[in-house]
Amino acid sequence: MIYFLCLVLLCVGIYGVLRKRNIIRMILGLIIAEHAINLLFVLIGYRLNGRAPILSPDGPILQMVDPLPQALVLTAIVIGLATTALLVALAMRLHGKYGTYDVARIRELKG
Amino acid sequence: MSLIVKTVTRLTAWLILLYGINIILHGHLTPGGGFAGGVIIALSFIHLTLAYGKDAVLRQLSKEAVHVWESVGALAFLAIALFGGAAGYFFANFLPAGEPFNLFSAGSIPLSNIAIGIKVWAGLFSIFLALVLLRINRGDK
Amino acid sequence: MVELYILLILMIIGAVGALEMKDLLSSVVALGAVGLGLSFTFLVLKAPDLAITQLAVEILSVIILIRATLHKDLPEVPARGWSGGTAAGLGFAVVFLGVAFLCIPDLPPFGEPLLKVAGHYLEAGLKETGAANLVTSVILDYRAFDTLGEATVLFTVVMGVLAVMRAVGRKERGKADE
Repeated sequence: MIYFLCLVLLCVGIYGVLRKRNIIRMILGLIIAEHAINLLFVLIGYRLNGRAPILSPDGPILQMVDPLPQALVLTAIVIGLATTALLVALAMRLHGKYGTYDVARIRELKG
Repeated sequence: MSLIVKTVTRLTAWLILLYGINIILHGHLTPGGGFAGGVIIALSFIHLTLAYGKDAVLRQLSKEAVHVWESVGALAFLAIALFGGAAGYFFANFLPAGEPFNLFSAGSIPLSNIAIGIKVWAGLFSIFLALVLLRINRGDK
Repeated sequence: MVELYILLILMIIGAVGALEMKDLLSSVVALGAVGLGLSFTFLVLKAPDLAITQLAVEILSVIILIRATLHKDLPEVPARGWSGGTAAGLGFAVVFLGVAFLCIPDLPPFGEPLLKVAGHYLEAGLKETGAANLVTSVILDYRAFDTLGEATVLFTVVMGVLAVMRAVGRKERGKADE
């Protein structure tokens, strides 16, 4: 059931990418979809009543959560920020050239 | 920015910087690591830039210096990987593992953390500088 | 597990708000709320590394997005009206969620991960790498190639942003000098 809520979040993001006219809003939708996928990875690696995957000198810790999805997502978060920065740079360049963020108007002005 | 913002920035920016360095150096013992620490250090510089304006920061640390630091981080990480290659295979942990739970332990992992931290800090700060320094000149077509 | 549901529902509300609010700046702030909720969710899911990183990254991306929306002469973008396209988008969402609902039972059940590969990391991680933080030992020792690829992506993005954001192209500047 919790997976389902996570996929609802993904759907909201995809809907934003598909149906918005404002470029900034499309970028927001992409970021939301990215958050949902990251969350899905970590949810799959979660163990009920688990502990964080950090050893302590006091003794062995049983019942750790899966560290592998966390490592993959840690990389994906920083890459997501970099992709966002590149998209924002392109959007600002488009705004500098056409004076609007509206996709439909940019298409009209292009010719 | 106003006087309040400048004073608070003067009091907090170096604390944020030290927190980021702490997170990088203890990345193999506590939560954190090169990614988080690098982003936090970049945020402290961005904090200064937003409060005092870009000229005050660029006087201390030029744009070219940031690019050089970024290359240094990337090359250091690659060099660690190649040293590992000399010890057996690419990315082999070539230093002795040492005493667990000490600051100087875990072989080459702290060095990789520092390299990644420098790389992420310089990369994100130069992205921010490029986005802030842009002067949009419209209607030149 | 109640807090997970509450946080997820708050995130969905924030996401819908980010897409549907009229003012662009409010949308960006709503996205910041979604990121904050994600950070808390990571904390609940016992991933403190991810929580720290997500918090810092979200601050930075909100700053960048605000920089993009802070134009004084931002013209109002009219929303698309209720048309066939909107209905198609909603239909896509319904079909996607329906298929996903059928597929979810095939995933490992919530709270019981497979731990096929990670079992080895959990058992031998400290002995083989010497790092107490197992996430760090995975990203910098067992799977360091991932991190190298990430560094490459970051480098490429920095070059791309610098190339895109150059104030005047080299050719145009030459023309302006003439």
